[in-house]
Amino acid sequence: MSAVWISVIVVGLATMAIKAAGPLLLARRTPPPRAQAALEHLAPALLAALVVTQALGGDNGGFTVDARLAGLAAGAAALLLRAPLLVVITAAAVTAALVRVVS
Amino acid sequence: MRRPADFQAREPGRTTYLDGVRAAAPIGVAALAFGVSFGVLARAADMGSVAPVVMSVTTFAGSAQFAVASILGAGGGLVTAIVAAVLLNLRYGPIGLSAATTLEGPWWRRALTAQLIVDESWAIAQRDDGRLDRHLLVGAGLLLFVSWTTGTVIGTFAGDLVADPESLGLDAAFPALFLALLWSQARERSRLLAALGGATIALVLMPFTGPGIPIVAASLACLIGVRKPS
Repeated sequence: MSAVWISVIVVGLATMAIKAAGPLLLARRTPPPRAQAALEHLAPALLAALVVTQALGGDNGGFTVDARLAGLAAGAAALLLRAPLLVVITAAAVTAALVRVVS
Repeated sequence: MRRPADFQAREPGRTTYLDGVRAAAPIGVAALAFGVSFGVLARAADMGSVAPVVMSVTTFAGSAQFAVASILGAGGGLVTAIVAAVLLNLRYGPIGLSAATTLEGPWWRRALTAQLIVDESWAIAQRDDGRLDRHLLVGAGLLLFVSWTTGTVIGTFAGDLVADPESLGLDAAFPALFLALLWSQARERSRLLAALGGATIALVLMPFTGPGIPIVAASLACLIGVRKPS
């Protein structure tokens, strides 16, 4: 089998297993209150990490500052103006595209 | 601050799958465009036209798929490609845990529904109380799955016809989406602290670890939520 197919199959199976692990391990069990409290704080912690890594992450680790940061700033400005989600995302994309045109 | 998006004004439990589809539509456009560019990159990396599509259906996680295509395309080893992709997808461990109590039904149905979890569908399904809305998760996940897979098919067969998503600024759409959903979550002080903690952990680790690890480690900031029982 070629390296391509081995990687497709192994990565596919591993990803499916990782995604299913939490829902299968915690099946029908209500976690104790402290664990539940921690679980309810997973989302903001992970969302914040996703903002940081998606806005600043480089291709091979480390930081890359580019037009994405300007886009994110525009998105944040739209949020401050209470714009709906579609406007926030569009403002970010259009700003990043314009910065790339100019630079 | 009120929630940024129109759909989120609904009562919890009053949402439908269609609400999830609608909510994910704007980011679905970006997912489609990046699906195309994955298809183009995979073809350039000699992955053929069937394997990239199979990968989009089974792995369904953009960053890991890009990592495999670029490592194999650059002549990197099979093991390097697999390890990089699995590290990138380890974040679905904690993300899956946070979704666990939301999914219903027998084990096979929970395992199947969990496959629709990607960063964006999971983010869109967030409720203010830190739990997930299953209808939004499934609706958004299905739309993103169709967008990503369709994009991959277009990219592998007709990729030359489509513009580079980065020149359209679409890579900036993703952090903006996550920020928008974080915005409405972080109103409560302890959640704001968890967000600051997660961002700090990610920032500190990014220069030192490969991609993927900073997000997994950031999940530890959820421990801020554990306080003395009242």
